[in-house]
Amino acid sequence: MVIDLDKCTGCGACSVACMSENNIGVLHNETDKIRSITWMRVYQIDNGKSFPDTEVAFIPRPCMHCQGGKSGTPGQAFFQEGPMDEEAHPPCVSVCPATATDYDEETGIVSQIPTRCIGCRYCVAACPYHARYFNWYDVPWPKGSPRALSPFVSPRMRGVVEKCTFCYQRYQAARNKALVDGGEVGEMDYQTACTEACPSGAITFGQLQNPEHKVHKLISSDYTFRLLEQLHTNPKVYYMSKREWVRKKADNYVTRHNKFAQAAAQSGH
Amino acid sequence: MRRWFDDLPKYADDSSWWPKGTKRCRPEIFLIWLGLPLTLLAYFSVGAVLCLALGLNQTNMNDYFAFGVWIVVDLAVIGLGAGAFFTSFLNYVVGKTELKPIVNAAVLIGFICYVGAILMLGIDIGQPIRGWFGFWHANVHSMLTEVMFCITTYAIVLTIELLPSVLDNRRISRVPEFGTFSHNLHTIMIVFAAAGTFLSFFHQGSLGGMFGVLYARPFAARGGLGIWPWTFFLFIMSAIAVGPSFTTMVVMITEKISGRKLTKHSVKMLMGKISGWLLVVYMVFKSADTLWWAYVKLPAAGLTFDNMYHAPYGFWLLWVEIGLCGWLPALMLVQEKIRASYGWMFLAMLLACIGITLNRFVFTIQSLALPVLPFEKFYSYLPSWQEWGIASLVLGFGLLVFMLAYRYLPIFPQEPELND
Repeated sequence: MVIDLDKCTGCGACSVACMSENNIGVLHNETDKIRSITWMRVYQIDNGKSFPDTEVAFIPRPCMHCQGGKSGTPGQAFFQEGPMDEEAHPPCVSVCPATATDYDEETGIVSQIPTRCIGCRYCVAACPYHARYFNWYDVPWPKGSPRALSPFVSPRMRGVVEKCTFCYQRYQAARNKALVDGGEVGEMDYQTACTEACPSGAITFGQLQNPEHKVHKLISSDYTFRLLEQLHTNPKVYYMSKREWVRKKADNYVTRHNKFAQAAAQSGH
Repeated sequence: MRRWFDDLPKYADDSSWWPKGTKRCRPEIFLIWLGLPLTLLAYFSVGAVLCLALGLNQTNMNDYFAFGVWIVVDLAVIGLGAGAFFTSFLNYVVGKTELKPIVNAAVLIGFICYVGAILMLGIDIGQPIRGWFGFWHANVHSMLTEVMFCITTYAIVLTIELLPSVLDNRRISRVPEFGTFSHNLHTIMIVFAAAGTFLSFFHQGSLGGMFGVLYARPFAARGGLGIWPWTFFLFIMSAIAVGPSFTTMVVMITEKISGRKLTKHSVKMLMGKISGWLLVVYMVFKSADTLWWAYVKLPAAGLTFDNMYHAPYGFWLLWVEIGLCGWLPALMLVQEKIRASYGWMFLAMLLACIGITLNRFVFTIQSLALPVLPFEKFYSYLPSWQEWGIASLVLGFGLLVFMLAYRYLPIFPQEPELND
C-alpha cells in the first residue's frame, strides 16, 4: 500500500469505510481514543511552526503488515531475507503464545485469528505503530444493526485483539473468482475498502513486487518513505510526500539520505 | 513471658497440630489475625468478579498500556520467589546443607509467589477460558509460551517440594502411609530440586526475554546471544541474587511478628552473602547493559538516552534502581559487618527487593509509556481500584498460606532449639 500524504485531506472516509467493511462496532464512548477501535487511524501532524507558516498533514495508519528483517533496495527485492533469518519476522507475530496471529508468506499479510486469541495483549505491546486493538468492551450493537453487518467478516468478542487485515476477505473473494475463471488475481480485483473510499485517491493498493502494479512504481520515487525505518520492521505500507518536514516525521531523526545509504550497504552497492 | 491473652478462657485448642516443640498464639487470636488476609482476599474477589463479568474495561489499562500493575506484580513476585529454586538447588544439588534450616521457608514462599502469579494471570488475560490455548496452540517462538509452560510446571514441582512439610505435620504424620510417603519424598527431593532449577532458570530468563525481543520497542529491545536477548540473562541473574534476600526478609519479619527465633543468624548471614555476591555480579552486567543500550542500541534506532525518560518516569527511576537499590545493597551485603547486624542486613535486603521490583516496573510500564512514533503522545498510567484489588491477591493469598503453614507445619526446623 502506498499513501500519498500530499493528497490526503484527513477526511476520515478511509476509517469509516474500514469500520463498515470489517464490522467494527461503535462503543458507547468513542471519545476514549486509547480504548476505541479504529483499524485505519488518521493522525494529524504539523510542522511545529506558528501562523502563518503552519502546515498540517494527515497520516492514515493501517496495520503496517511488517515482515521484519533488513529491507532491500528499491528496484530489487524489497524483502530480501527469508523467514528463518534473525529478526525476519513481524514484531507482533513471534510473540503471540497461542499462534493467534500469523504471517502469510504468499501475500505478506499479517493475519489475526480472534477466536484463538487469549487476550494476553503481548502483541499490542510489541507493535510500535499502535495498530493492534484490544476489545476492552462488549460492542453495544443497536437493535437490528447486526443485520447490516458484512457476512464475510466475523465480529469480534470482548477480550481479544484485532487489527487491519488488508480486507483479507476481499482477497479471498478475488482468489476464488480467479480460480473459477482460471486466471490470476488482477490488480483491480483486490482493493481494500479504504483505497476505494478515499475521495482524493491518496491510497494506492497492489502487489509491491509486481512490476505491473502501480504501487511498485510508486515506491521507487524519491519521495516515498516508511514509518520507523530504523527499527527494521520492514513494513509494507509506504507513504509519499514532497514536503521534507513530513518525511522527517516518519522516524526518529532518520533522513532519506542515510536510509538509502543503509540499503545500498546491505545490498553490496 | 506471659501475654495479655494467655489469661482469657480457652474455647478451642489446636496445639496438637502445632509443630513439635513450638508455641503458637491462641486460636482466637489467630482467627483475628486471619482477618487481614481474608479482607485482602475479599477485596480481590470484588475486583475479580467485576473484571470477569464486565471485562478488562474495569482496569485503567488501554491500547498504550497493554500491560499494567498485574504484570509488574507478576514479574516482581516471580523474581522474588526465585529464592525457592535457588536455595533448593544449593541445598539439594550443590550440597550446601547449611541452608537446610531455611529451605522449607524458601519453597513455601516460592509456592505462594508462583501460585499467586498464575491466579492473577487468569484474570489478566482477556479470555480466561482460553488460557489453555497457550499449551494447545503453542507458538514455540514466543517467550510467553515458554513462561506459561515453565511457570505452570514449576508450580507443580513446588507443590511436590512443599508436600513433605505438609505431611510432616504432627497429626498428619501419625498416619503411617503419609509418614512413609513423606520419607520417600525426602529421599528423591534432589530430582525435584533439579527439575525446579531447570524450569525456573528458563522461565525467569524468558520473562526477561519477553521484553528484550520487542525489537520495535527501543526502551526494552536488546541484542543478545542467539535467540536470547541480554534481558534473558539479566532477569535470571537478578532473580537468583534477590530471591535469597526476599526469603530471608520474610523469615525476619515473621520472627519480629511472632517474637520467636526461627533460624540461626548464621543461616541468614549465609543467605545474605550469597545474595550480595550475586547482586554484585548482576550489577556489573546490568550497568554494562545500560551503557551499551544508551550508547549503541538507542542511537541505532535514531533515539537518545534522554528520549527514554519523561516525567513521571524520569531519570530518578534509573538512579534508584541501579544506585540506591542496586549497587548500594550489593556492596552492603558483601560486607560481613553489615550482615552481622540484623537491622542493616534487613535494610540491604529490602533495598535489593525494591530494586528488582523497580526493574520489573520499568520494563513493563516505561517500555510501553515511551511513544515510538515521533508524532505519538506520551501517556502515563495509574491502576484502578479494581486492579489493586486483583494485585492484592498475592499478598492476601500469601499471608493466608504463610500464616497457616507457620502455625501448623514444621517449616523452621531450628525453631524448637532456638526458643528453649
